[in-house]
Amino acid sequence: MIAATLAFYLFAALAVIGALNVIFQKNPVHSVLWLIFTFFNGAGLFVLLGAEFVAMILVVVYVGAVAVLFLFVVMMLDINITVVREGFLKYLPAGLLVGGLLLAELVTVFIGWQISDNAEAMRAAPTPDPAVITNTEAIGQILYTDYVYVFQASGLILLVAMIGSIVLTHRSRQGVRKQVIADQNARRPQDTLEIVKVESGKGL
Amino acid sequence: MVVSLPHFLTVAAILFTLGIFGIFLNRKNLIVILMSIELMLLAVNINFVAFSASLGDLVGQIFTMLVLTVAAAEAAIGLAIVVVFYRAHRSIAVEDINELKG
Repeated sequence: MIAATLAFYLFAALAVIGALNVIFQKNPVHSVLWLIFTFFNGAGLFVLLGAEFVAMILVVVYVGAVAVLFLFVVMMLDINITVVREGFLKYLPAGLLVGGLLLAELVTVFIGWQISDNAEAMRAAPTPDPAVITNTEAIGQILYTDYVYVFQASGLILLVAMIGSIVLTHRSRQGVRKQVIADQNARRPQDTLEIVKVESGKGL
Repeated sequence: MVVSLPHFLTVAAILFTLGIFGIFLNRKNLIVILMSIELMLLAVNINFVAFSASLGDLVGQIFTMLVLTVAAAEAAIGLAIVVVFYRAHRSIAVEDINELKG
């Protein structure tokens, strides 16, 4: 039990440190790397909660795909790092105000909230005993049956996102010369070459 | 002290607030704002999974995966828009994005 508690505080502290660094790093590349770090610690928290499958999905999807996408875009765009930090103090009061307000709201909800007495009875899909059915298998058993429409809808969302980003970033360049093999094969020497006999001393 | 639901909710609240901070403080770099949104979605996911584990209801983890899907789609589209904007304006500062004068 003590190990789990220590692991929780370790992952939680590192996640918060990572999140702070995402915001306050000067270089956006460092921000992306700290974001990866934060997601790793979030995955650690998920493992502590017994949600191994979601934790692994988080690592694969975020670290493997989203963070690398961010990294590509950050490196593709030429961003002036010194300019990036300007106006930081100007927006600090507004940020503190809204952030503090939101935190106060969360704390208010947290204090005034309690679990309903019949929460156990209202569960849509009670978690099976982890010793009998693993987390991944249990998720599979309800994801492909009760929540198959949600699953299909998320697939559609990804398809739309894929088409959308291709349409947005694709551009047909003007003035690019491509090889046309038919034209090359149809080319004959007499169409392009002219043999001229130049008399000496006269020129053309 | 045993780790229970309130601990996880506190971490999620802190991460969410940091995401809000990130959106407000970084007025120069659109990509960091997208990263802050990802942080906020991570906080939401931690809430979902914490309640799922606490109540013993697997649906929370199903919805975590849905949130992950939407986050990935949002990141892809958002970065595509950033790239298109950068091509047109050679800048991704938030203050330069004022053509609509909203």
